[in-house]
Amino acid sequence: MPDSTVSVRCRVNGTDATLIGHPMTRLLDSLRSDLHLTGVKEGCGEGECGACSILLDGRLVNSCLIPLLHADGASIVTIEGVAQGERLHAVQAAFIAQGGAQCGICTPGMVLAAMSLLEQHPNPSDADIREGLAGNLCRCTGYVRIFEAVLDACRRSEMGPR
Amino acid sequence: MHIGQSTPRKEGRGKVTGQARYVDDLALPGMLHGVTVRSPSPRGLIRDIRYGSGIPWDEVTIVTAADIPGDNVVSLINDDQPYLADGRVNHAEEPVVLLAHRDRSLLEEARRHVTIEIDPLPPVFTMDDSLEGRDVIWGTDNTFKRYLVSRGDVDAAFAVADSVVEGEYETGAQEQLYIEPNGMLSVARREDGVTVWGSMQCPYYIHKALERLFNLPSEMIRVIQMETGGGFGGKEEYPSIIAGHAALLAWKSGRPVKIIYDRAEDMVATTKRHPSRTRHRTAVTKDGRLLAMDIDFLIDGGAYSTLSSVVLSRGTIHAPGPYFCPNVRVRGRAVATSVPPHGAFRGFGAPQSLFALERHMDRVAHAIGLEPDELRRRNFIQTGQTSAVGQVMHDPIDMAGLLDRALALSDYHAKRARFAGSNAASSLKKGIGFAAFMHGAGFTGSGEDHLASVVTVEATAAGRVRVLTSCTEIGQGTNTVFSQIAADALGIDIDAIEIVQPDTASVPNSGPTVASRTCMVVGKLVESAALSLRTTLGGALGEVADFPGACRDYIRLFGPLRASSKYHATAGARWDDERYEGDAYGTYAWAVYVAEVTIDMTTCEVRVDDFVALQEVGRVINPVLAMGQIEGGVAQGIGWTLLEQVVWHDGRMANAQMTNYIMPTSMDLPPIRVFFEEKPYAHGPGGAKGIGELPMDGAAPAIANAVSHAAGVSVTQIPITPESLMALMEAAVA
Repeated sequence: MPDSTVSVRCRVNGTDATLIGHPMTRLLDSLRSDLHLTGVKEGCGEGECGACSILLDGRLVNSCLIPLLHADGASIVTIEGVAQGERLHAVQAAFIAQGGAQCGICTPGMVLAAMSLLEQHPNPSDADIREGLAGNLCRCTGYVRIFEAVLDACRRSEMGPR
Repeated sequence: MHIGQSTPRKEGRGKVTGQARYVDDLALPGMLHGVTVRSPSPRGLIRDIRYGSGIPWDEVTIVTAADIPGDNVVSLINDDQPYLADGRVNHAEEPVVLLAHRDRSLLEEARRHVTIEIDPLPPVFTMDDSLEGRDVIWGTDNTFKRYLVSRGDVDAAFAVADSVVEGEYETGAQEQLYIEPNGMLSVARREDGVTVWGSMQCPYYIHKALERLFNLPSEMIRVIQMETGGGFGGKEEYPSIIAGHAALLAWKSGRPVKIIYDRAEDMVATTKRHPSRTRHRTAVTKDGRLLAMDIDFLIDGGAYSTLSSVVLSRGTIHAPGPYFCPNVRVRGRAVATSVPPHGAFRGFGAPQSLFALERHMDRVAHAIGLEPDELRRRNFIQTGQTSAVGQVMHDPIDMAGLLDRALALSDYHAKRARFAGSNAASSLKKGIGFAAFMHGAGFTGSGEDHLASVVTVEATAAGRVRVLTSCTEIGQGTNTVFSQIAADALGIDIDAIEIVQPDTASVPNSGPTVASRTCMVVGKLVESAALSLRTTLGGALGEVADFPGACRDYIRLFGPLRASSKYHATAGARWDDERYEGDAYGTYAWAVYVAEVTIDMTTCEVRVDDFVALQEVGRVINPVLAMGQIEGGVAQGIGWTLLEQVVWHDGRMANAQMTNYIMPTSMDLPPIRVFFEEKPYAHGPGGAKGIGELPMDGAAPAIANAVSHAAGVSVTQIPITPESLMALMEAAVA
């Protein structure tokens, strides 16, 4: 292994993974190229759009801004790790039902942002929802259907386990 | 019945689970990455291209104009734009050299080591300089296209008018800002031909452009749409360029090549909404009847003509808006400047001319002492009246009804009165304003006749039905709406419908995915092809009770079961290209939007507090998808009006980042309240009209009218930034 590369051990979507690369490699690139987790999208590469959002130790982060080295020992969830087999997460089901996804490119990040938001605010107000999703840009929806999806996910969660 | 139901998005599951495949998610064995080296200068002659030391150039595939096997021209309307600059550059960021290598970081380094030396020529950066023509940068007079609409005797009407109101209005460029940047992957070999996969709206535009670029027969070109992360017009014509570039690199290297633009490159190099300037001169009677409208509509096309002529056409035809006026003159011009070409963006010229019109109507009302709604009410075009281009409006129109309902929904009158009282003593000034408008669906004039779109529907022996069109799903809901239409026409369950991914090797040419035409025009062809398939089945086998069984029997007895439908103009419709006159559009969607705003007088920031969007769109095929279209269009309109400013520096976008080109976040938008009136349109599938572009038209004038109301000044330009509003208010006080 050349001196400039590091070997990073982490858990990704519940499975142990070893990622090898330059310590400053964007975690976004490692996830997409090495683990083929292409649900993690690149929209801007500067932490503005949130399309590359992942959950890193439970926190919503932009993976384009996280150096690979930073993921050492971390537990990572990408959109690929959200559904349980064929069973969609309540947030995913709500996005389909309420029209929260249009072109779909912001959707993986937006679903994770919505999950993170509901983790912090199980019964969010309109202001909570708007603030919770403010780091994830959507050019298609005007966000209205996404807000509806978050509220629908709350209702679905109340009816049963997420 | 599926039509009228909020059927869930057909490809929704793939999108919410991250399984949907976009072009950057593809990788082929041995694939190289490609990049574009661009002109550093807005205009000049290429003196030299130097490849700096320290790069293993023998490993890098290099393509210049000299490597092009066919014609170095992006085939669209005119043949003025090259794939790669050859000898001269006409705008900053114009593609000059292409590079490919398997290692992306080495490739970036290589790009920085290419120096393009330019002997500068004087650039032209403003529409006024372009019109003045001291430097001729395009054709003989810098003008891409002119239109003249002339109805009645405008000059005579001005001579007898009680009042004449003049105004000038400007709109800025706008970046489409789809969240998925542009990208293409190509495999291209002399013996097999050229294949591209990518993010696109119009597979057959790319197909046509590649035929010409490679001088290959049609059957040796194949274009496949991947899941596409938003378009809004930004993936109408520009993808033809990226597809050609990827294919040229693949052709020369013998390897698959993928070009994915990063955000900065996408913003700085690809098309944007045309900036515009519109001048209005309006003759009215003292009781508020429009006597004459004299409109000068000017758009900036940038360095090459791309789609400017048709953007101009739609903007020109929409310029007089939803009003009847006996005497109208609209002069439309699209001019060249030395900036990257402007192109298609949702609304396609209409948002620009309608912004000017609806701001101006408020000013006309003010000038003659009428309320804004009353002036509109006295002049709305009525069923049976004739538009400025001579279209007799046969379909029912009730703009007055829409206006009344929209004003009631927004509590307009009460608020207008209340704000007048509360604003005086407050540092938060509130205002409310509206815009009345329409949007023609489908290609303008004879455009649909020329496209002659074809749709095919075929059944399998298992009773599944495949719908084949070249119309792309880009988020707007094509897959779902086509499935609903086909399922109802065939009387089968929607899960039995498959929408075939557009691939020019398998789908017919149903035209481009633009112009609010997909549901209304192509959806109608889906409906008629499906009905025809049903008729074929019935004709062969009698009453069809069990559809899958009937398909199986038919295919066993007679072979493939398929039907196609080709576009034919509605009987009686006519358009005269020479006279620029006739039935400009098959039909129009009609709307009244109301915006309520607050201006913080300390910071001059404008916040939209409430937004009512009421429209008559024929039958709504899928309410959730339709609301999503309207809400998204309104959000883009709000961005264009208040936030989105392209800053130009030496003909180059200076703020090509999401950090400083600001689009609306979830914190920036008001509740967007969407309402529909449904009047089935006889020639749309299930009665539907086109709606994709309509919502882009109304936000800007409604907000500008509300801001003008709140601030007591006349807003004439967008974007309305805090800086521009402060300057306007200070000028009013001075």
